[in-house]
Amino acid sequence: MTEFEPKIIAFVCNWCTYAGADLTGTSRIKYAQNVKIIRFPCTGRIDFMLLLKSFGEGADGIIVSGCHPNDCHYTSGNFHARRRWIMFRGLLDMLGIDVRRIQYSWVSAAEGFKWADIVNSTVNTIRELGPYTEYEKVAGYLEKEANQ
Amino acid sequence: MSKIGVFICHCGENISATVDVARVAEAAGQLEGVAFSTDYKYMCSDPGQTMIKQAIKENGLNGVVVGSCSPRMHEPTFRKACQEAGLNPFMCEMANLREHCSWVHDKSEATTQKAIDLVRTLVEKVKLNKPLFSIQVPVTKTALVIGGGIAGIQASLDIASAGHQVILVEKDPSIGGHMSQLSETFPTLDCSQCILTPRMVEVAQHPNIKLMTYAELEKLEGSIGNFKATIRKKAKSIDEDLCNGCGTCTTKCPTKKIPSEFNTGLGMRTAIYVPFPQAVPNKPVIDKENCSYYQKGKCKVCEKVCPTGAIRFDQEDELVELEVGAVVIATGFDIMQPSGFPEYGYGKYKDVITGLQFERLASASGPTLGEIRRPSDGKIPEKIVFVACAGSRDPAKGVPYCSKICCMYTAKHAMLYQHKVHHGKSYIFYMDIRAAGKNYEEFVRRAIVEDEVNYIRGRVSKVYEENGKLIVKGVDTLLSAKPVEIEADMVVLASAAVANPGAEALAQKMHVSYDSYNFFSEAHPKLKPVETNTAGIFLAGACQAPKDIPETVSQASGAASKVIILFSKDELSRDPLIAVVNRSPAPVFSTCVGCFMCASACPYQAIGEELITNRQGKVIKKVAKVNPGLCQGCGTCVAFCRSKSIDIQGYSNEQMCAEVIALLNHE
Repeated sequence: MTEFEPKIIAFVCNWCTYAGADLTGTSRIKYAQNVKIIRFPCTGRIDFMLLLKSFGEGADGIIVSGCHPNDCHYTSGNFHARRRWIMFRGLLDMLGIDVRRIQYSWVSAAEGFKWADIVNSTVNTIRELGPYTEYEKVAGYLEKEANQ
Repeated sequence: MSKIGVFICHCGENISATVDVARVAEAAGQLEGVAFSTDYKYMCSDPGQTMIKQAIKENGLNGVVVGSCSPRMHEPTFRKACQEAGLNPFMCEMANLREHCSWVHDKSEATTQKAIDLVRTLVEKVKLNKPLFSIQVPVTKTALVIGGGIAGIQASLDIASAGHQVILVEKDPSIGGHMSQLSETFPTLDCSQCILTPRMVEVAQHPNIKLMTYAELEKLEGSIGNFKATIRKKAKSIDEDLCNGCGTCTTKCPTKKIPSEFNTGLGMRTAIYVPFPQAVPNKPVIDKENCSYYQKGKCKVCEKVCPTGAIRFDQEDELVELEVGAVVIATGFDIMQPSGFPEYGYGKYKDVITGLQFERLASASGPTLGEIRRPSDGKIPEKIVFVACAGSRDPAKGVPYCSKICCMYTAKHAMLYQHKVHHGKSYIFYMDIRAAGKNYEEFVRRAIVEDEVNYIRGRVSKVYEENGKLIVKGVDTLLSAKPVEIEADMVVLASAAVANPGAEALAQKMHVSYDSYNFFSEAHPKLKPVETNTAGIFLAGACQAPKDIPETVSQASGAASKVIILFSKDELSRDPLIAVVNRSPAPVFSTCVGCFMCASACPYQAIGEELITNRQGKVIKKVAKVNPGLCQGCGTCVAFCRSKSIDIQGYSNEQMCAEVIALLNHE
C-alpha cells in the first residue's frame, strides 16, 4: 500500500503570506508538494464556507494564513478573519470535522522559513490524522440544506 | 465559449529543472476550454511575449494563463502583452510555478503533478474572469517625507526642485539626523557638518518645502495618489513666529545638567534648548520632562528673559491633517546600546564608549571641541582600542547581519585619532575588513600604512579596569594565534546599527512590511529596492537596512524620482479589483437587503447607501453602494454579506469556488 498523500489547500492573503511563500521559493527552502496555494486579497475576504466547500471537494487539510495582527495591508481584515475563525472552530465539531485539520496561522512577507515549517508540520499532522472521509456526509448535508 | 491559451515558461532552467514543462503544457491542452497550449524558455522575453500576442490573435483567445514566476513579479508584464494583442488585461492570470513549485520541491512526478494542478486551477478561474477597466483617480501632487536626516533632506530637495510640494516631518527639534552628529566622513575625511548644513539651510529656504519639526506621523489613510496623513505637532512651548532664535533663554535656563542627546550624553544641555548650534530651524523647544516649571510649577525664567515674549507654556500638541499623493519613509537607524555585552564594560567604565560617542569627541562642534579626551578625567588617551563588530554578526547576543558602516568608520576613527594625537597608539580588533566601495579599500590601507593603525584579527574577550587603565584581553588569530593584552586608556565599540525603536509602530500605521529586525521591507530585493509593498510609499536610507551616506543619498534620489514619476501625470490608473453590489432587473433591483453589515466591516468607509426609487420618485428599496474611489479591494465585506449580494471583481465568490473545485479534483 502506498503512503497516504494528504491533499491540503492553503488560503493565503496576497500581501503577507503569499509574499512569504514567494520568499520561501526565492530562498530555495524545500517543503512538501501536498500544499497548494489559492491567493486571496486578504484573509478578511475568506468566506469560511469555502473551507467547508474544500472539505466537500475532498481536501484532507486546510491552511489559512495572513498578516500578523496589526500588519494587515487593509488595516483590519486579519482581525475579522481571526474573529470569524474563533466562531467557526466551534462549529467544526458539530460538522464532524477535526479542528486539527485546519491550520490557522500568520506568516509575514519576511518569513520564508516559517511558511516552509507550517507546510511541513501541517502535512505531518494530516498524515497522522489520515484521510478525511466524512466529506461526503458533509457535502450531502450542505446540499440538502441548500435545496430546502 | 472559453478559448483559453496556456503558456508554460521554463524560466531558463528555474522551472524546467524540476518540472516536466512539456507535460504540463500537454496536460493543460487537454483541459476543457483550452484552445492553445505551449511551453517556451523565457515567456517574459520579447519573443515569449510575441508568442502570446500571436496566439491570442490567431486563435481568438478570450483568456490567458501564464505558468511562470510569481504574479508579484510579472503579472503587469503579461497583462500588458495581452492588452497589446487586444485582450482585456484582466483576462490574464498567472500560475505560480516557480516560487510555489519548482524552487521549493525536488524533481519528481509529484512536482510536475502539482504544476499541472496549479495551472488547471487558474484555467478554471480565468474562465470566469470578466473584462475590467482601470479606475482613474486624481493625484495630489504633494509628497510627505518622514525623517529629516540626510535621506529625507535629499529626497525633499529633489522632489521640491522638480516643482512639487513637499512636507518634511522630523520628530526631533532639528533636521540633520545622525549625519549632523558625525565628525568627518569616510573615505574623503570631509567634515560632515560642512557638507550637510548647507543642505539643511536649503531645505529651510526652499519655497516648495514645508518643514515640520518636533512632529510625528499619527495616522495614514487612503492610497496611492490620495493619502490623508495626520501629523502630531508636539508642543514646542514657544511661538515660532515670534521667536527670533536669539538664544537668551537657553543661556539663562537654570536647569543645565541634562545629558544632551545630540552629544550622546557626553555634553549637557538646558531644559529649553536648541539641539546644536547649526540646527534648522534654529529655534528652541522646551523639554517638558526636565523643565522645572512643568515638573514643579515654578521658574518661568525663559519667559522673563525672552525679548519677544515668545514662550507659551500653555501650548498643546496639535493634530494637522494633510492631503498627500506619495510618502517617502526616511526614518534612519539607531545604534544598539552595547549594555548587552558586559564583557566590554560599557556603562561600567566611563572610558568605554560607542562609535557614535567617539564621533562627538572628534567633532569640532563636540563637547571637547574636537580634542580626543577621556570622558572620565579629560586626559588625552595614549592608547585606544577599537572593537569592531560589537553586536554585529553575532546571532547569539547581537544581530546576525553586518552593520556595513563600522569597518569604515572604525578605520576613520583610528585615523582621526592618529592625526590628532601623533604619539598615540591605536589598535583595532576585527573579524573581517569589509571595505567594498569606491576608494574604501584604499582608505583602510592608508590607515594601516600611513597612520600605523594596528589591526588585530580576533575578538575581545574582556575589558576591565586596573590602576586607571583599561585592560583589553583578546586574541590574535593570525599567525601567532596567541592571547593579546593591551593596556588602553579608552575603548571604542563599533556597536551595531539597528532599526529605530519606533519603526515597527510606524510600519503598522502605514501598512508597509518590515523584516524580523524591524527594518522596512522593499517590494523586491533587486528590482524594486525603493518601493514598498504599498503603492505610493517609498523608502530612502538606513530605515531599510544599514547604509553609508553615498548609498543613502543615492536611494533618496531614487525614491524622489519615483515620486516625481508618480506626479508626472494628473491621473493614475488603479486596478479595478474592487467590490460591487449586484444589480438585477425590476422588481428585485438588487439582492441586497440593506442590512449594511458590509458597511460596518469596511475599513475604508467605502460603502454608502443607495436609494432605489420608482417612477414617481418614491423610495422602494435601500441598498448598499460601493464608492469605487475609496474601495481598496480587501473583500472583507464579501465574506460578511449574508445574501451574497456584494462581490469583489477578480476574486469573486464564483471564481474562488471554481479554484477550490479545480484544485482538489483531479484523476
